[in-house]
Amino acid sequence: MSAIPPRDPALLRGLTGRRMAPGRRDLFRMAGLSAAGLALAACGVQGKKAAPPQQSDVEKYWSDKKQNGHVDFANWPLYMDPKRPELKLFTEKTGISVTYKEVIQDNASWFAKIQPQLAAGQSIEYDLMVVTNGIQFTQLVQLGYLVPLDHSKLPNFAANAGEAYKREPFDPGNVYSIPWASGITGIAYNPKYVDEPPTSYAALWDPKYKGKVGMMSDAQEIGNFAMMLLGIEPEKSTPADWEKAAEKLREQRDAGIVRKYYDQNFIDPLGKGDIWICQAWSGDIFQKNVSDGTDLKFVIPEEGATIWTDNMMIPKTAANPVDAITLMDFFYDPEVAATLAEYINYIPPVPSAQEIIKRHAAEAKGEDKELLEEVATSPLVFPSEADYAKLHTYRPFKDAAEQKQYEQIFQSITTA
Amino acid sequence: MKSSRLRAALTPYALIFPGGLWLAIFFVVPMVVMLSLSLQTGNITDGYQLTWHWQTYLDGLTTYHDQIIRSLVYGLAATIVTIVIGFPMAYYIAFRGGRRKSMYLFLLLLPFLVSFVLRTISWQFFLADDGILLGPLKGAGLLPEDFHLLATSAAVIGGLAYNFLPFMVLPIYVALERIDPRVLEAATDLYAGRVQTFLRVVLPLSLPGVFAGVLMTFVPASSDYVNASILGGAGNTMIGNVIQNQYLVTQDYPVAAALSFTLMALLLVGIFAYARALGTEDVLEVAAR
Repeated sequence: MSAIPPRDPALLRGLTGRRMAPGRRDLFRMAGLSAAGLALAACGVQGKKAAPPQQSDVEKYWSDKKQNGHVDFANWPLYMDPKRPELKLFTEKTGISVTYKEVIQDNASWFAKIQPQLAAGQSIEYDLMVVTNGIQFTQLVQLGYLVPLDHSKLPNFAANAGEAYKREPFDPGNVYSIPWASGITGIAYNPKYVDEPPTSYAALWDPKYKGKVGMMSDAQEIGNFAMMLLGIEPEKSTPADWEKAAEKLREQRDAGIVRKYYDQNFIDPLGKGDIWICQAWSGDIFQKNVSDGTDLKFVIPEEGATIWTDNMMIPKTAANPVDAITLMDFFYDPEVAATLAEYINYIPPVPSAQEIIKRHAAEAKGEDKELLEEVATSPLVFPSEADYAKLHTYRPFKDAAEQKQYEQIFQSITTA
Repeated sequence: MKSSRLRAALTPYALIFPGGLWLAIFFVVPMVVMLSLSLQTGNITDGYQLTWHWQTYLDGLTTYHDQIIRSLVYGLAATIVTIVIGFPMAYYIAFRGGRRKSMYLFLLLLPFLVSFVLRTISWQFFLADDGILLGPLKGAGLLPEDFHLLATSAAVIGGLAYNFLPFMVLPIYVALERIDPRVLEAATDLYAGRVQTFLRVVLPLSLPGVFAGVLMTFVPASSDYVNASILGGAGNTMIGNVIQNQYLVTQDYPVAAALSFTLMALLLVGIFAYARALGTEDVLEVAAR
């Protein structure tokens, strides 16, 4: 502006006019742009961090809730006998009918599915669901999506749950959840191809299994394995440890040892011989052997293994919370816990179930007897104190940023 | 009289209204939401805020350039395979199909009666290390014992080509079918041999079909994630898998949205460059044929 001598105001106006007074088109364009800007800004995703509940919140929530005679239960596949004997017994005893659906494939996609409805305060059409202790469980708690449990409605839990399950680090005091079952992540192998039983995580890095090793795509599971191989305790690990573990995993991948990073479908390739040795969950291997006649093996390496817990919880928009909590408590009847463990072969949170399974074994005959005896004495279903001492838990995260850092480090391995 | 003129004037709008509304609601609105998401920062617990964080695009490109390039390469390879296999198929059906034409077309579309994922999973069985295909070959000593097809690029590209083949064959078939037989007769009258006729008459006339086929194959194949996740292995991740992972596993919506837009931009640039190279003036017009 200063370059033009301001002699003639008309000339000045003429030179700058178009810019000073926008034409009709420009106005429209600007209006359009700002509307687009507003629209973009309106698309922010709301987060709702919730405060921990007080005793009065628990009472307030439960005070006006009544039994409705029905409960919708969302669970994982292979987590109950397909004939659903436990649910039939429950309906017989309480008159509450149950709709049981195996709709949860993994924690992350389940969370992604229910999160929009819960954020909007809408029903997810389930009153009871099972989620693993881990990232998504923490998020459900932090976002206030879970109903605080009324422990006066959980007498069986109080009487029969194992002590360890009453003081879990991820949900101290069982404010929001009580366990469904626990399991161990270890190494599974197909003895048809693997001659010597693996004893260490190093077997998964062994070049002689090149292209035949299956790893999990889950950031926690894969990170834990590398850390345990390096002698790091996962639950106490630091970001520097994660980097070291990632380096180890990168080596394994770049040497062509890893065939693929699986979500939860590692069992079929293991049975078929596409992979020979892999990361696996204890109960799945047992169920596969029973249902398909395979002879897969599961080991806990000498470095130890991780234990996880799948937990029952009530989403805050549940229509039938009283029926749901009644069902939750029902699974803590030792007889029920025993029959469930006999089928699914994961660790029941009710230690007294072991005696009942032994009794069932004594009463049974033939093949059933063998199977039941195996379950009752299996260290994978009833780990001893010494076994528990070798088991690690998942790394808890103090905030979202730390969790994101962890996930990014290990996802650069699995999505390469 | 007046009302009929009014009706005539309104008819085009009435016709376009359902489609326009559909696009506005299910295409434009989600696109705006996605664009907004890609410029937000935050996390799922504390919420996401629009901060015009363009850096996400740059970060996405630097972190995942391998997967982006791989996706384009796989998409291109699959497209070439579908042309090589699909063109002769379309040619045969159009010129030699005779009365069986509709049956051949039906056979071509038959796999589409089975779900996309199921078709791909059946390939997993077919290509298994000791499966129907490799088992006997290994047994006969034709292949080394540790040879495998699953979890390799070849399996992913093969799966993509298989799944998108009809999208290539149909447009080429339509283009070939439209060629006036008299044009071919004219070529013979002018002493063109079979090869000459094909190269100078049939092939140029079929190009719009090939172009439409490439569009309908390359774009979905490059952004596919089903084939890579079912048939691929540790080093075959495509950008679609990364986006899916960022949305559903990490819940990093901004990165996922930014990667989606980057991929879209790359594909659009690629298509326009291709249209230029082919000498077509209006991409949309050709694609619509």
